[in-house]
Amino acid sequence: MKDTVDNDLITRPDANSGRVIKSKKDPEAVSTTKRLKRSHRQIKAENIFRRTLTVVGWATVVLVAGIFVTLVLQSILSIKTSGFGYLWGKTWDPVRDIFGVYPFLLGTLLTSFLALFISIPFSFAVAIFLGEYFPKGWVPNLLKNTVELIAAVPSVIYGFWGLAVLVPIVRSFESKIGAEPIGLGIFTSSLILAVMIIPYAASLGRSMIQMVPSNLKEAAYSLGATRWEVIRSVILPYTRSGLFAGIMLSLGRALGETMAVTMVIGNTSLIPKSIFSPGNTMASVIANEFTEADHPVYLSALIELGLVLFVVTVVINMIGKQLIKGVTTN
Amino acid sequence: MKTFKSLALASLAIVITGGMMMTSCGGSGTASKADSTAGKSGDDNTLLGAGATFPNPLYSKMFSEYDKANGQKVNYQSIGSGGGIQQLTSKTVDFGASDAPLNGKQDSALPAPAIHIPITAGAVVLSYNIPDMKDTLKLTPDVLAKIFLGEIKKWNDPKIMAVNKGVKLPATDILVAHRSDGSGTSNIFTTYLSKVSTDWESKVGKGSSVNWPVGLGGKGNEGVAGSIKQTPGAIGYVELAYAIQNNMAFAKIQNKAGNFITPSIASITAAANITIPGDAKVSLTNTDATDGYPISGLTWILVYKEQKYDNRTQDKAIKMLKMIQWMIHDGQQYCAPLNYAPLSANAVAIGDAQLKSVTYDGKPVLQ
Repeated sequence: MKDTVDNDLITRPDANSGRVIKSKKDPEAVSTTKRLKRSHRQIKAENIFRRTLTVVGWATVVLVAGIFVTLVLQSILSIKTSGFGYLWGKTWDPVRDIFGVYPFLLGTLLTSFLALFISIPFSFAVAIFLGEYFPKGWVPNLLKNTVELIAAVPSVIYGFWGLAVLVPIVRSFESKIGAEPIGLGIFTSSLILAVMIIPYAASLGRSMIQMVPSNLKEAAYSLGATRWEVIRSVILPYTRSGLFAGIMLSLGRALGETMAVTMVIGNTSLIPKSIFSPGNTMASVIANEFTEADHPVYLSALIELGLVLFVVTVVINMIGKQLIKGVTTN
Repeated sequence: MKTFKSLALASLAIVITGGMMMTSCGGSGTASKADSTAGKSGDDNTLLGAGATFPNPLYSKMFSEYDKANGQKVNYQSIGSGGGIQQLTSKTVDFGASDAPLNGKQDSALPAPAIHIPITAGAVVLSYNIPDMKDTLKLTPDVLAKIFLGEIKKWNDPKIMAVNKGVKLPATDILVAHRSDGSGTSNIFTTYLSKVSTDWESKVGKGSSVNWPVGLGGKGNEGVAGSIKQTPGAIGYVELAYAIQNNMAFAKIQNKAGNFITPSIASITAAANITIPGDAKVSLTNTDATDGYPISGLTWILVYKEQKYDNRTQDKAIKMLKMIQWMIHDGQQYCAPLNYAPLSANAVAIGDAQLKSVTYDGKPVLQ
């Protein structure tokens, strides 16, 4: 029973929009033939339910659009004063009202992609291990719950852990390889972020791998494929879109993460020279400076920073969607 | 037909929700905040305040003691000085609190004139981590500014050695730690550096967030303290109360009179023992007092000079002013145990005069 439900879920993202429209029309057709059997009250309840769903569904769209509009409106002052220089300006000086977000943009992208890079092997390993090798039993269950627990730990705790444990380790590592031994910086933040985003790709990947129809796998085995070969040429191709969606989810989380990053990134507005340098991300600048932004241009510049982060997230998500589409059609 | 109807319904709902959202964002927070807090400030028995985080532990203590003694509740939200000033400007709170006096721009943004009442004073201390150092580090304003500008890079720099004669300083790199979040602490510290160093003033300036030329940012006092404790060779600034509670080493700073002063409650109160102007807008940094610690600052409560605005009752104005009066008199006993410096006698006198100048409908509120 569970399998059939899951199979519905798995085909839904693959289905193109044409199918969605079709399913919308279907109940209409069905209802005209079966209406005689339904009471008036039932039909009414059905309609109310459907309308509620429509309204709530659209409300989220309106909400996101509203956030976007608010960000734009409140950024106007900053856009007028800083112009396009805001995007590639290298100085962030609230005292002189010079605002350039380039160092923070760089910091956000560097930490997020580095974290993703570090986390992918781990999340895929967990997904394959739990999805294919040991789907049942108490040890895999424990592992599964532990991985999911990673997502439930508040980010401030990761920050403290990073500051107390990870920073000294990174510092001694840095002094060994000859980098400036600070400990705080982009590399440390990426490590923390990598840990934090593992569960997203791992959980999604695991459920995708478990949904691979067993007849496909058995067919491969009967042809003499080894386990590795089955994973490589049956499971991974079959679950590609799901694994990719998990990565995008992880990336989204990494882009927006604020607290843990702020605590270990070093918070300087200077452009990072290497991945071991301290830096800053857009989210942490907003979190750090919003409370004491005491003049209108400064406040507006911080809101514009939020707008830039919003746009960057949307653009990356769109690119991701395109990539998923490309991967699935192949 | 059905589809059309439900679509129409849905779009209607969108228009309504959208409209609601537009009005709430159009007011840029002011209107909506006023609406949401109107209920609270309408409640006659609770005074509403917002602002500085630095005096929050002291204010919490004072307000809870005041409630015990007089049955007057005060709801103080420590959202930061900037936020406090904004909320006062939009009249959503009874009083604001700030670590820095209002500047010209903020003053002109207010719909009506406001007065400053000093409540307590605090200090910013320079804490450091120099392994195997037994003596207390001494710093002159010039050396301090050069360290934070990144011009002095090593602890055994001749300029530091000249101030600390007979002290063995290591050849370690100096790591500067500063606050990453906007804060009154940073404001006091950068105001001080701007006063003592023209280089600092022209290159960096003063503010609750500045563009630091060197160093690492830590979130809050604990973030800076963490960097200092973990990194040999680090120096950073934290609040005095925080440094004392966490047994951190801090430096003696040379004041304007040329004396090296250890930060303490006594030396902060001494710093405030100067001529304070009638509007109480004075910075204690680089004080003229001979035994005063130079990196100190007052923190203020801000109220409107004319208390009759919106639907405010005279009763409420009286309650609030009495409460503030209590803070600068009886309330001062709670300062020292929490490592805040009590006000000097002349600061209290100025505060009293300021409170008496508050009017309701043109008539003084307190006799």
